[in-house]
Amino acid sequence: MTIKEFKHVLRDPRSLFFLLAQPVMLMLLFGFALSNEVKESRVAIIDQARDEETKKLTDRLDQSEYFDVMGHYADPSVVPALFEKGAARLAIVFPPHFANDLEHLNAGQIQVLADASDPNTAAIATSYASAIFGAYQDELLGLMKLPYKINIETRMLYNPQLVSAFSFVPGVMTLILTILCTMMTSVAIVREKELGTLEVLLASPMHPMQIVVSKAVPYLVLAMIDVAVILLLAVYVLGVPIRGSLFLLMAENTLYISNTLALGLLVSTITEKQQVAMFVSLVGFMLPALLFSGFMFPIENMPWPLQWISHAVPTRWYYRIVNAIMIKGLGLASIWKETLILAVMTLGLLVLAVKKFKVRLL
Amino acid sequence: MKAIEVKDLTRKFGDFTAVDHISFDVSKGEIFGFLGANGAGKTTAMRMLCGLLKPSSGEGRVAGFDINLQSEEIKKNIGYMSQKFSLYNDLTARENILFYGGLYDIPYKELKIKSERLLDRLGLGPYANKLLRDYPLGWKQKLAFSVAIQHQPMIVFLDEPTGGVDPITRRQFWDMIYESAEGGLTVFVTTHYMDEAEYCHRVCIMVDGRIAAMDTPQSLKKKYESQNMDEVFRKLARGAVRSPDVPGRGKR
Repeated sequence: MTIKEFKHVLRDPRSLFFLLAQPVMLMLLFGFALSNEVKESRVAIIDQARDEETKKLTDRLDQSEYFDVMGHYADPSVVPALFEKGAARLAIVFPPHFANDLEHLNAGQIQVLADASDPNTAAIATSYASAIFGAYQDELLGLMKLPYKINIETRMLYNPQLVSAFSFVPGVMTLILTILCTMMTSVAIVREKELGTLEVLLASPMHPMQIVVSKAVPYLVLAMIDVAVILLLAVYVLGVPIRGSLFLLMAENTLYISNTLALGLLVSTITEKQQVAMFVSLVGFMLPALLFSGFMFPIENMPWPLQWISHAVPTRWYYRIVNAIMIKGLGLASIWKETLILAVMTLGLLVLAVKKFKVRLL
Repeated sequence: MKAIEVKDLTRKFGDFTAVDHISFDVSKGEIFGFLGANGAGKTTAMRMLCGLLKPSSGEGRVAGFDINLQSEEIKKNIGYMSQKFSLYNDLTARENILFYGGLYDIPYKELKIKSERLLDRLGLGPYANKLLRDYPLGWKQKLAFSVAIQHQPMIVFLDEPTGGVDPITRRQFWDMIYESAEGGLTVFVTTHYMDEAEYCHRVCIMVDGRIAAMDTPQSLKKKYESQNMDEVFRKLARGAVRSPDVPGRGKR
């Protein structure tokens, strides 16, 4: 009996793969990639003093594993642009005469600006920076026996209260659309396969494309309603603003929904049973969507192979878009790249799915 | 014009030849039985005739249209009923009729009138608004057949239409088929119930993707010195190479 069971398992390479690869994958993912620690945050330095002290502090930041100085700028007005592009998460502003102030007034001012559209990361990175400055202050105290003081002023851009709903809403939207559309479409089509009705539909004069499109439309409508409900709840109950254009947001949503519908269709062409379709959608798409969207775990902290994989996950791009529009209030000009990537992915998936669909049935 | 004409029709799946150079024709109003064990290639052959599958080679005309080039036209002129009754259990009888009628571009007003007439004729009038899942199997099957021919196709393809149905209901179902054939409908039916083969005007027995015999049930029985079609079939199928349950091949 047991031998027979082993044979079953061994002869089904797919389940074998799942059985053996899953623990390995999950361990590696959670162990290395998905830490909530924020490492190598890109930080912009706006040094208006350019003296010994600011240079030392900048070096400290750069040497720590938590920060990566991405550039030096003269004027704090560049900061919003850097955040919008995602070039920096944090900006440190040293006012003019920093060393002078420190020496003569015994007090230096440092301003820390953080992109708080992702509140967790912002809070963590800011506290690391404060800790580094604090350590430096302690050293000075020990050295000079003088009450030096470095005052740190922190400002959270986009989300001053660090409300976590700000990052949650785009995240939840992303997840719901992924589950609803991918799973429901695939299950709907596979159900007809199981029933045998798909064959009858195909034997009718309806074009296969017509059949597929008309199956997808109800889910598109449902998904749109979901989006509307989430947005209404977000704005009126959680108090999350929609800073960008609502029209643009809806347009991007439609794009992403098409993307997930295409994925669902693709799943339905490769599966014969509803349960399998559900399983594939869940494990194959939900999990990556969850892990690689940047919603739960910052992508920058992942090892490069995983970062690389995350580029292939549509959800990642969609999450960035929604975040940019809702929280940062950006326009199409700042997210055209993400939009283009998503559009190309959608088109590719659709073509692939339709091709597969036809091949399977003709 | 013949309802179906087929010459050297072949379909390969990789190395596997599911249907191997079959040729036959079916006259208008004929009930043509397509017999064979599972995996003999009946479903594959039927799917090619319905425009669901492209032939690897060979030619054929269904309802006067080329199966290689005019599958759209063919689809408009045939009805199809699959093994699983292929109606929606979560729709009512009326909704099923309207839905399938709509697929064939029957104008809605006409369809409305027709569907009521059909429900009356089947004696389903009082139950027309019940979900199909509550129907007995025999009713579903009759409804499925009526739905498959409601757009008045020239030919109807029935893929093992009587699987799992009791003999009395089966008999009633065949009465419906006869009635329709008298009205000029061509019926192409696959089955593995050999008693049903006796009801056909002419049968074609497939073994290993080829036609092993084709004639009226009477002459087949005479030729193979058999009491019934079951015996004929067993004599012919004895030489079969393919086991009856070649995994999934003939089906999908």
